[in-house]
Amino acid sequence: MEHKPSIFPARIGILFLLPALFFVAIFLIFPFIWVIIISFTNQTLTGATAANPQFVGLENYARLFDFSRWMRSGEFGASLLITVQFVLGSALIGQAGLGLLIAVLFYRRKGWARRIVTTLAVLAWIIPEVVVAFAWFAYLDRDSGTLNMILSALGLGKPDWLFDYPLLSIIIFNTWRGSAFSMLLFQSALETIPPSYIETADVAGASAWQKFRDILVPLLRGHIATDLILITLWTFNVFTPYLLTGGGPTNRTQLVSIYTYKTAFQFFRFGQGAAIAVVMMFINLTLALIYLSTLRRQRVDA
Amino acid sequence: MAKVILDKVTRRFGSVVAVDQVSLDIHDGEFIALLGPSGCGKTTTLRLIAGLEQADGGRIFIGDRDVTHLPPRDRDIAMVFQDYALYPHMTILENIGYPLKVRGVGRDELTRRVTEVAERLQIGQLLERRPGQLSGGQQQRASVARAVVHHSQVFLFDEPLSNLDAKLRVEARAFLKRLQHELGITAVYVTHDQAEAMALADRIAVMQSGRIMQLGAPLDVYRRPANLFVASFIGSPPMNLLEARVDIGARRLVINGGASLPLATVGAALAEKLPDRSKVTLGVRPEHVRIETDEAPDSIPGRVYVVEPLGGESLVIAQVGESLVSVRLFQDEPPALPETIWLSFDPERVFVYGENNELVA
Amino acid sequence: MIDQRSPILRLLTLLLATVLGLFFALPMLWLITAPFNERATLSVSIPQPPSLANFEVVFNNQFAIRALFVNNLIIGGGVMVLIAIVATLASYALSRTRVPGSDLLVYILILFSSVVSGTAAMVPLFLLAYRLGLIDTHIGVILIMTGGLLPSAIFIMRDFVSSIPRSYEEAALVCGASPLRVFWDVALPLVRPGVVVVAIWAFVNAWGAFLVPLVLLRSPQNMPASIAFYSFYSEAGTPNLTLVSAYAFLYTVPVLLLYLLINWRFGFRFFGGIKR
Repeated sequence: MEHKPSIFPARIGILFLLPALFFVAIFLIFPFIWVIIISFTNQTLTGATAANPQFVGLENYARLFDFSRWMRSGEFGASLLITVQFVLGSALIGQAGLGLLIAVLFYRRKGWARRIVTTLAVLAWIIPEVVVAFAWFAYLDRDSGTLNMILSALGLGKPDWLFDYPLLSIIIFNTWRGSAFSMLLFQSALETIPPSYIETADVAGASAWQKFRDILVPLLRGHIATDLILITLWTFNVFTPYLLTGGGPTNRTQLVSIYTYKTAFQFFRFGQGAAIAVVMMFINLTLALIYLSTLRRQRVDA
Repeated sequence: MAKVILDKVTRRFGSVVAVDQVSLDIHDGEFIALLGPSGCGKTTTLRLIAGLEQADGGRIFIGDRDVTHLPPRDRDIAMVFQDYALYPHMTILENIGYPLKVRGVGRDELTRRVTEVAERLQIGQLLERRPGQLSGGQQQRASVARAVVHHSQVFLFDEPLSNLDAKLRVEARAFLKRLQHELGITAVYVTHDQAEAMALADRIAVMQSGRIMQLGAPLDVYRRPANLFVASFIGSPPMNLLEARVDIGARRLVINGGASLPLATVGAALAEKLPDRSKVTLGVRPEHVRIETDEAPDSIPGRVYVVEPLGGESLVIAQVGESLVSVRLFQDEPPALPETIWLSFDPERVFVYGENNELVA
Repeated sequence: MIDQRSPILRLLTLLLATVLGLFFALPMLWLITAPFNERATLSVSIPQPPSLANFEVVFNNQFAIRALFVNNLIIGGGVMVLIAIVATLASYALSRTRVPGSDLLVYILILFSSVVSGTAAMVPLFLLAYRLGLIDTHIGVILIMTGGLLPSAIFIMRDFVSSIPRSYEEAALVCGASPLRVFWDVALPLVRPGVVVVAIWAFVNAWGAFLVPLVLLRSPQNMPASIAFYSFYSEAGTPNLTLVSAYAFLYTVPVLLLYLLINWRFGFRFFGGIKR
């Protein structure tokens, strides 16, 4: 049983927490409640409905879930489908898979190869998003981009990536951008595994694959769950692909985040944008609750 | 200096009672050791005296003041921690002087007093260094210096020697004892090392499950353990304990293994007090067991299990029935023994514990 | 440790490492070559000869330079200071006061900040800033970014605070120090590496921010660098690649320097933390 005595009297503790509570209340909780209220109005930026928005009931939601048109290009259903593919491809398969691969590949190794790959992945993660967007714009260019230079040298053709395979492009882009988080998480998780676990398996004559499957994966299960939920949440909300494709061509990379942005801040239909935001938040909330329940199960296991 | 009184002090952590109605009178200038296995509540008791834990029941007095609800800084105490808790961002001078600094002692006065204490503890040349540049023994002295620099009423030690290696520990032990004598301080000393407690303390409180099992001078506790727990905890190797049944008719004690001893083995006076058929535990220290190579009267047979030469003495461990009995021989070379030996006990030194685990006296 | 793997396995490992290295490195090459090439295109080519001419032109763009060296520093610095103070106080209180369920509270905060984030949160945050008169002000951007980053910052800081042995603070209490004095004399100096890491982390996040300033700021003279890139676009909306790449280079260098600083000073480990 771990017992942590209090070093601080409670009243000073509360004093210390106050600034944080202020920020959380004003910039997290309040917006969360307000956006729900706005989603039932026809609030706009300008015009009569800017000052005096009217209550429109479920109209905004009805428009979102108008099933006669919701899978059409540029509509909410289509955006949602694109987002699901984007999350599956770039977060669950791309980032988590690549992160785990790098972490395991260099497990218990210190050499320059590990340092180089790790550093490059971290760089891709910390460079400002506008900059990486320009870099990828150049990288994927049909005629002079580096990628096509290499592909054509290998005799593999010269596709126009952002036009022919826009969704695949932003999936690879986001995998490249975000793998470092999973990699660092798995690396630090692996460091907590006592070397004797692996050495015992070595002595027993286990193969590399057996060690991975029988020792590393079971020990990492909790970290894998944490990683998957967090990157799913973030990927769901990520806006960076907008800088690369603007949601196009013809809405083919219009993620829900981009859809929200366009509705609210290009057409200034805040009520409608708020309704999308509410749906997004509730999807996020569901994911978060799944995460919390896995976390609790982990704690019970431990 | 001051006395310390604990009056039925209780501390609970959730459903666990860490300290259970502990009462303890610590005299002015006394050095008392709280001894017990980990989790026995000794550290919590110390922290209750320090004010780092709040008691759930009972009262604590330092001097004549009821300090039960006072924060640590108002209790006028000093404490040495197991990990020394020397601040890495301060020099040794600043570390030792910290209790003076928070009490508003001026720069010159502080330096003078710290230097004086440091000289006395033979770390005067280290004052400008940082804790990380000191050896374990030096860090230990610095943390003691920080405790004694301000003349507090009570000194609390939380296993201060347990991070030192064996050789340094013996040195530091002797040094602490001298310091305590010179300063005449009231000290409460927590340890799980009985040798440390025996060597240092005026009185030892042996604790288990949040209670004091026995309180007394070191030799008293060693010579007359008040109950089975203390008997099994104090001494290295610990006291031999053999379960037996009283047979008044035959005037014998029947050991579990089947062998028996005359009732008079435990002393004539005590033998009269034991009820017939009752289950008792016999306790005898390894140095009070004699080995005979041939069958002897009033002895029990045992098989030699292992012989351990320990340098100055030897230890013979014999199997008696299901139990192992240790015999301490004060000779450096272990004797050649036949497989079966005979063990007899010094009647003056055999203790009997009743079914309630308490000493039958 | 002796590498006991078979030569084939080692070769495969090396091959895989090379492929991974190229995967991450290739898209970044253009950022290194183009800024020093007076005739940069979208292709990666060694500049012949390397030149600083692009930077000269960029430095003559008052608007872009102001964005980078004034606005970005204000926003990044503001967020950095606020996060460092607020997160340090909060994580210390959470770690050292007995608040039942404080662990769970932090997790819920983190998740909640992930739930209320990105474009979804921008609608009410924009309206909030609008009502409070914070539209087109740096303070608006700073406050809103601080609110968004705070839960993660507390999460990272808590790791540092929890790693300080409690006996340090207890020793100070026993020495006669008041709780506030313990915080100031003992806890704060010990947790300083954590404060530095969190401050830099917050700065880098605010430095690279795009969406929040895009939505909240109006006037060109207030824009941070992420948006000032549009001043290197032609009337027709195509970017001037030589200038964009040079500006991107200038914009990225501080981030790289801070990364190197953390790497050198503390080792870039995983601080239980999260970058968003």
